Amino acid sequence: MKTAIYYKAKKNTINILIHLFLLTVAVTCIFPLLWMVSSSLKSQDVIFRDTSFLPRVFHFENYYRAWVEGGFGRYFLNSIFYTAAVVIGIVIVASLAAYAFSRLKFPGKNVLFIMFIAAMMIPIPGSFVALYVLLNKLHLRDTPVGYILAMINVGLSSSIFLLKTFFDKMPTELEDAARIDGCSKLGIWWHVALPLAKPVLAVVVVFNALSVWNEYVLALIIFDSRRFMPLQVAIKLFQGEFVTNYPLLMAGLTITVLPIIIVYLLMQKYIVKGVTAGAVYG
Amino acid sequence: MRIKSTLENYLFVTPAVLIFSIFYIIPFIFVFRLGFYDWDGIVPLKDAVFVGLANFKEILFHDPSWWQAMRNASWITLIALTFQNALAFLLALACDREIRMKNFYRVVFFIPPVLSEIVVGMVWRFIINDIDGANMINRLLLQIGLPQLAHSWLSDPKLALNTVAIVHSWKGFGWGFLIFLAGLQTIPRELYEAARVDGAGAWHSFRKITFPMMVPVMVLVGILTVLGTMQAFVLIIGLVGGEFAGHTSVPVLRILACMRDSSRFGYACAQGISFGAILVIISFIQYRFSKERQLKKI
Amino acid sequence: MVSKRLLIGILSLFFIAGCGGSSQKESGKPTITIWHWMTDRKASFEELAKKYQEKTGIKVDFQLYAPSDVYSQKVRAAAQGQNLPDIFGILGEKRDFSSFIKAGHVLELTPYMQENNSSWKNFFFPKALEVNEFAQGNSYSVAPGIYGVPIDIMTIQMVYNKGLLKKLGLNPNRPPDTFQDLIEIGKRITDPQIQGFVSGWSELWMIDCFANNYAFNIMGKDKVLATIRGEVPYTDPDWIKVLTLFKDMADSEIITKSVITMVNKTAEQLFATDKAVFAFNGSWCVNVYQGMNPNLNYGVMLPPKASEAYPMAIWGGAGSSFIVNARSRNKEEAVKFLKWFSDRDQQAYLSEATNNLPANKNCLSQIPEVLAQFSKGMDFATHPTVWGVSEFSTVIEAFDKGIQSIILGEKTPLQVAQEVQKVKERELSRKR
Repeated sequence: MKTAIYYKAKKNTINILIHLFLLTVAVTCIFPLLWMVSSSLKSQDVIFRDTSFLPRVFHFENYYRAWVEGGFGRYFLNSIFYTAAVVIGIVIVASLAAYAFSRLKFPGKNVLFIMFIAAMMIPIPGSFVALYVLLNKLHLRDTPVGYILAMINVGLSSSIFLLKTFFDKMPTELEDAARIDGCSKLGIWWHVALPLAKPVLAVVVVFNALSVWNEYVLALIIFDSRRFMPLQVAIKLFQGEFVTNYPLLMAGLTITVLPIIIVYLLMQKYIVKGVTAGAVYG
Repeated sequence: MRIKSTLENYLFVTPAVLIFSIFYIIPFIFVFRLGFYDWDGIVPLKDAVFVGLANFKEILFHDPSWWQAMRNASWITLIALTFQNALAFLLALACDREIRMKNFYRVVFFIPPVLSEIVVGMVWRFIINDIDGANMINRLLLQIGLPQLAHSWLSDPKLALNTVAIVHSWKGFGWGFLIFLAGLQTIPRELYEAARVDGAGAWHSFRKITFPMMVPVMVLVGILTVLGTMQAFVLIIGLVGGEFAGHTSVPVLRILACMRDSSRFGYACAQGISFGAILVIISFIQYRFSKERQLKKI
Repeated sequence: MVSKRLLIGILSLFFIAGCGGSSQKESGKPTITIWHWMTDRKASFEELAKKYQEKTGIKVDFQLYAPSDVYSQKVRAAAQGQNLPDIFGILGEKRDFSSFIKAGHVLELTPYMQENNSSWKNFFFPKALEVNEFAQGNSYSVAPGIYGVPIDIMTIQMVYNKGLLKKLGLNPNRPPDTFQDLIEIGKRITDPQIQGFVSGWSELWMIDCFANNYAFNIMGKDKVLATIRGEVPYTDPDWIKVLTLFKDMADSEIITKSVITMVNKTAEQLFATDKAVFAFNGSWCVNVYQGMNPNLNYGVMLPPKASEAYPMAIWGGAGSSFIVNARSRNKEEAVKFLKWFSDRDQQAYLSEATNNLPANKNCLSQIPEVLAQFSKGMDFATHPTVWGVSEFSTVIEAFDKGIQSIILGEKTPLQVAQEVQKVKERELSRKR
């Protein structure tokens, strides 16, 4: 019947329009990154004139130059070190605390927990001013330790909250069994709670790793020495320091972005879980 | 025995509490105290001069650059609340149906949020800036025959703020998208089925089913957007390089500038306190407003 | 337990990582640590450090922190934490310098300078030393004396591209003589890729310098200083004349609006790649331009005068200076090193290697041509640090940002003058 065809055609057109809409937005999401990579393979004299997507000549040596001459090798290792150290630190400190808040009894437990939650909700803009002065007094400015400790604090509240929520829901039989077997509290934490918490820990790890790798302002006010700087601060300094070699800059940006993209694509489902878990809580 | 056990329990939270006290509580108290002093960061801290409410008075009445920064941040937030969130919502609606590439879109749309603000700023600067960039958009406009639409998106002070707002929205819509999508997927399909059987059209079921059930999610996204966008500043550092004679100034940038360039630590703290207070008030108002609306609906 | 050992292991990792970068080795002969920000002189400094070690056996460790805002942050933080190195520099205004002195971080050098009939003092151009001196009765309440050692001098003037002038049909050896001539040239430029005049005017101090030069030219030094002291308002017609110069530059299009988004580096890049006819920059640019474009054909000129009433002034004096940390354990050795460092052979070496003007006046015969042109400007040089009074930083900020607004066409010179005067009056009433 005519009406049936009409409805089918209408449905198909709407579908096509919707797909077009989605595809356009998707392209704008990916295009800048592709352009960045394509520009990183061009040479300095053609980079503003050659507007083709694929460079005519592939200058892979830009990456080598960025890594060695530009110093990005050093900054990359710094970022990796800070990310690993902070993530490990948060996992240990937060899970210990979360386990205690969930399973152990001690006076003041609720007050302390509320303190952490309150910190998550109350923003202190400009707290970096105080951190700057404090770290300076402790002689921890321009040191990796100072940065790592400050960054552990940044991710602490939300990680504790996530883990405590999980531990609260964890069934107690395994812990009871372990206790009967004579396991100490720390042992239960290590042998029972943590393994069970792996999925939540994955979320904690991924989110904190992203946040440390992408962090800028604390690194800016804490570090003066080039050899300690992580990628984000270093690459901003790179621009405008000497004659800006744009292909090298693009190569540096690609180096900065690549690990994130890889981790993101691999751990994508944990990220989605984390975001929606946060939303459900709200 | 009891005491030993309790002490052991404390040990579990000690590292967290220690780090938290040193890196959150002490700075919190410190910022509050320092806001009432005038200190240049060079003389010893004990020689800082107590000035009472002078810093706050200056912020309220004598600091046009601060209020310009607040206006700019509010504008960017407004664009985020409208353009960015509307886009996120539409995309979530589009993806809510059973379509083939849903997972692909979910992955792709969240790529911008995952990138760092510096990278986003610097890459976009390279793409659109006409002075030290490839100026892609203008070239494209020229090629398709619309040269009159070509502007200096980043180097024209009148346009720079809007460009910042748009790039910020580009980076941020992924969050709203994911949250809206999650919210949409919690709506029971049977409701839609029932509505269709009753003869309701798409617009009707949207108004009666989707929209009311999404209100709490929209409120949540709204609060998160306001809190996050008002404090945004790193993107501006990457995209424009700084405050651009005040045209792309935002409150946190002003605080950073007062600390590093003007060496006015006390004043910077006072700005931080004022800004924090404003944010808390805004969140509170949003929260109460949404609670009232929710009660009314019921 | 396994977990406890793991915890201890991780904690110790942190400590090792943290400590890896601070301690100095003590082994008989002291090491002198110097913090600096001069990226282009890193290699030459290290050369000189080697020479000194061969000569005296004392190791000198030059540490670079760049760019200058990173360096400033490092030094100020170290001042707070009382761990400044043996020798460092202060990037900032005289008022910051006085804060450092009053906080006890700076060794007074007057006795050393006056030894042996002031032999060390006589190394230097008097104007270079002035920047590091505090005079009797200065307004900063600092005891009079010499507190720093200049290691180069610099002047901030204008440079012009001879090739581009020729292309515009003008005599490449006769740069514009008056301000009016300068902005007329703006009207001749038709190529959209070429800018008339560039400078790093996103950095407020550069605007301040240019404006101040013309203020001296239009109303004379005394009236400018009187304004700072509060005796003359900024709404005075002469100041409006100064502000109007910027409006004229914007109207004639010799500058484009983008000039206030430029950092000096960008302006240098534009001038070096033949994309700008004029630039306003300091003598350090010689080295920079050489690195960017060794074939650049340019000359040095004073900013063209806007008035015949008073002579043109430019800012000049000590470029960079080093200070000895009063709390250093090696201060005697540090002083000795600086004395050697500022001696003529070392200064001549630095000047040749890095294209900077030496602070030591006894080695001018050894420097390249275009540098000599810059040094001719020393006769017209002045500097805020030698005026004995400082303007309030909020007034300076309002003034410079006001000029940016004038260039953007957002405010008129009169409006800006009134706003600046308001800020000035508020600051003056606060002091009382």
